[in-house]
Amino acid sequence: MSAIRGRRHRVIPGFGLTLGVTLLYLSLIVLIPLSATFLKASTAGWSACWHTVTEPRALASYRLSFGAAFIGAAVNAIMGLVVAWVLVRYQFPGRRIIDALVDLPFALPTAVAGITLTTVLSVHGWIGRYLEPLGITAAFSPLGVVIALIFIGLPFVVRTVQPVLQALDPELEEAAASLGAGRWQTFARVIIPELWPALLTGFALAFARAIGEYGSVVFISGNMPMRTEITPLLIITKLEQYDYAGATAIGVFMLLVSFALLLVINLLQWWSGKRHA
Amino acid sequence: MRKPHVAEPTAVRWGVMAVALVFLILFLVVPLAAVFTEAFRKGVGVYLAALREPDALAAIRLTLLTAVITVPLNLVFGVVAAWAIAKFEFPGKQLLITLIDLPFSVSPVVAGLIYVLLFGRQGWFGPWLTAHHIKMVFAVPGIVLATMFVTCPFVARELIPLMQAQGTDDEEAARVLGASGWQIFWRVTLPNITWGLLYGVILCNARAMGEFGAVSVVSGHIRGQTNTIPLHVEILYNEYHAAAAFAVASLLALLALITLAAKTVVERKARQSLKGFVHEY
Repeated sequence: MSAIRGRRHRVIPGFGLTLGVTLLYLSLIVLIPLSATFLKASTAGWSACWHTVTEPRALASYRLSFGAAFIGAAVNAIMGLVVAWVLVRYQFPGRRIIDALVDLPFALPTAVAGITLTTVLSVHGWIGRYLEPLGITAAFSPLGVVIALIFIGLPFVVRTVQPVLQALDPELEEAAASLGAGRWQTFARVIIPELWPALLTGFALAFARAIGEYGSVVFISGNMPMRTEITPLLIITKLEQYDYAGATAIGVFMLLVSFALLLVINLLQWWSGKRHA
Repeated sequence: MRKPHVAEPTAVRWGVMAVALVFLILFLVVPLAAVFTEAFRKGVGVYLAALREPDALAAIRLTLLTAVITVPLNLVFGVVAAWAIAKFEFPGKQLLITLIDLPFSVSPVVAGLIYVLLFGRQGWFGPWLTAHHIKMVFAVPGIVLATMFVTCPFVARELIPLMQAQGTDDEEAARVLGASGWQIFWRVTLPNITWGLLYGVILCNARAMGEFGAVSVVSGHIRGQTNTIPLHVEILYNEYHAAAAFAVASLLALLALITLAAKTVVERKARQSLKGFVHEY
């Protein structure tokens, strides 16, 4: 049966050629360079790598990178839901422009985002000048890192929640209402459980992106070792000091984290796909 | 309009809308307005001078060159990969899709690092390249390669779901009627995927021109030679030429706005053509 199916599909020509070219290109650009990096780390010796990955300066950078990424993604999960809700459920003038603008963090080069956020949040900036009297320093502090990561992660939650919210069956809510549920009860007990997989996926995507983010953060963070130095910057610092082994060790650590997150995201998408199939 | 019993009270609705709008204004509109305001802070003269300066022109040229090489290559890759994945069944397909998406989950800095480790002085091919006087890292080839790595999923990931949704019936019919593979692609498949393809190319181009982290690692920041527009912005900003930095940055912000506008148009066209597609059958 499967052989017949396979042959039926092979009516269309070009399978060998396209799959071959795909694998070749992917190997040359992505797979071989990535494997070479792991090989490089193993030639340096795993114990030396472990030492670099666990030195205090590196640990401080993980605390900042992972902590700020977590807070940023959490803020995005909540605000992204609010934004998606408003875009899907409410009609108001300018809705389509705002809908298009949500993708700005994807389209705006990170370096531009970085210098702009730094300028806006600095003591004399448009927003920073109102924060300063309150005793809040946003630029050159961990808070600045969080703000930059909220900016770059913003579209992920909105764009994963939006389609699910759009496809949500109105009958569910009507049934809940006719059974006597208040609006808030319907939201908390009926709508949120439906959105949960999409929300988690969006959170994970924003978190994964935020951990590796460099351009938008490096200007605003101030880059003080142990305090406001993110992990990607630590890699660059090590490269500039010709510490290739150290840069490789931390790079491989970050790659492993990325792969683990990619696995989690795939599982989440599979879960949400199964629920909405 | 939604029925009253499944809509929020008016006060709640206004409250939620206000929260969303204030958040979006603070995080999206203010920064966007700030780029252009800062760019023109010292007048149009300074703005134009910053764009006409030789280093800026060299950066613009290099960015265009990088995009001209990487975007067509990734376009071909995207079409070829989508053809293999959407038109055929084979084991390991899901893994292949994940591998194509892989560059999205790798930090740009790590993307740059892996090419330094391959082609740098300390890298796998370093000694051989030095012996043959070929410069990859801290030179244009490294910049192009790092950009290719970062942008290779864009076209493919737009086309794969689109072509999977369209199925293989059209292509099979064309085949039965005697069309060659090449004819099938140009006459049957391509007209069906034009808008999705265009959208992927637009996103790919925006990222290729704006990539910072990966390019920053492999560039070496040699003025007039290996600086792209984003790197030029960084140098100007770090040397306290804020107005000039924002002037050059405004080019990239403009590119972002064009990308968003194009995306909106293309999405509408794609929805229309998909509707027509569904309607036909």
